[in-house]
Amino acid sequence: MQQVKMIITGPFSSGKTEFINSISEIEVVSTESKVSSEIERTVKDSTTVAMDFGRITVDDDLVLYLFGTPGQRRFDFMWEILAEGMLGFVVMVDSTKPETFREAKSILETFRAYAPTPYVVAANKQDLPDAWKTDDLRIALRIEEGVKLLPCVANQKESVKSVLLELLYSILEEMETK
Amino acid sequence: MPLQGNLRDFSTTQLLNLINLAGKTGTLTIFEGLPTNEKDAMGGVKMAAGKKRASVAFKTGKLIHAGLDEQDGNLVSVLNKAGKLTSEQARIIKERAKNTSDKALALLLINANYVTQKDVLSSVQQHTLDIVYDLLGWHEGPFRFDDDALPMGDRIMVPIDLENVIIEGARRVQDDERLREEIPNLDVSLKFPEDAKEKYKGMHLSVEEWRIVGYVNPKNTIRQIAKANNMTDMEIRRVVYNLLQAGLVQMVKPNIAAQAAARQQEGRVVPKSPPVSASVINRIIDRIRQS
Repeated sequence: MQQVKMIITGPFSSGKTEFINSISEIEVVSTESKVSSEIERTVKDSTTVAMDFGRITVDDDLVLYLFGTPGQRRFDFMWEILAEGMLGFVVMVDSTKPETFREAKSILETFRAYAPTPYVVAANKQDLPDAWKTDDLRIALRIEEGVKLLPCVANQKESVKSVLLELLYSILEEMETK
Repeated sequence: MPLQGNLRDFSTTQLLNLINLAGKTGTLTIFEGLPTNEKDAMGGVKMAAGKKRASVAFKTGKLIHAGLDEQDGNLVSVLNKAGKLTSEQARIIKERAKNTSDKALALLLINANYVTQKDVLSSVQQHTLDIVYDLLGWHEGPFRFDDDALPMGDRIMVPIDLENVIIEGARRVQDDERLREEIPNLDVSLKFPEDAKEKYKGMHLSVEEWRIVGYVNPKNTIRQIAKANNMTDMEIRRVVYNLLQAGLVQMVKPNIAAQAAARQQEGRVVPKSPPVSASVINRIIDRIRQS
């Protein structure tokens, strides 16, 4: 049985767990714990400590695992371990929270340095009225033209599918150019 | 939907950069921040928009108008501030031309030989720049950018390129931690943007900035440029930040192979991509499409 994995990363509360939940065929194995600070509690009640874990069985011989990284910096020692052997990664950004953009950019750079794998940026919560447009996010996050920045609504399966498919197309393209 | 946020998360300089690069038309409004009981996603106190403090208008990425709510921005005051009208002249004209629009008033003043057209344009331009330079020092306050909203037609608007304003704003960022966050990795290279000729036209760069520009080449990392110019990490970060904000240079994707080698030298494990064939990826694509 061949097992491959993709990483879903991004700042605290950017929608990583929801993203995996929307597409995983199993109930997401979540290592969420009650958030420790008052500040984080106002955003959400629990946070991913080590990782979220989703699965998509392709066929009898192949399984794709989706790992969500912990969003809080104090768990970033886990990131490099999770990144090992990844096919590619998705950076989730909450389009309605400009206060997290700097953190999202920093996480993106960190993961980019871990391994030369393709990645896409998913601009989450595009269905909300105060979401920044993807064109504006590209400039705000200084995402290069060649990198895919995709609108996303993490709790909608079709939207999650299209983000994952775009990442897979990028992986294929990279294979073809090698 | 309007673009909104708080200047503490997305600075005036970054906003100007965004408006410039996106060629936006509309009005940026900055408000007084009213603390709420809520926290934002990064733990800061969530601010609600209070009284309007300033508004700045843009047309296709150029600055055309700026006003502070606490300041009288009518043409007579602007010309008086610029020394083109005496305080006595300003007082009389204000009294007599209470309901006259700025444009009509400018024509009257030019025809009466009080001022020239050049005086009017340069005074309005300087007034606009003074306000925007003031805004560069604001580090807190909710903002909103309304697409396509422009000031009333009777205002005199002088289009001003934003690049020099942006670089001036970037020069004022002295926060080392912020610079480290913006440019965490010095082992990346720089390149010129595609429209470099246009961008550099009329730019007022410092000697230090020009020295760095001379080394911009995808083959040179920022660290190498710093070494060649005998600059510390923070000094080079500061200059590169200025150039990046003004859109005069762009970062080039880091050389992953070089980074991996460096990490290996540090004795760290370098993750490798698994040996996966295109057929595996195609199978996953088919599976996800069908799900």
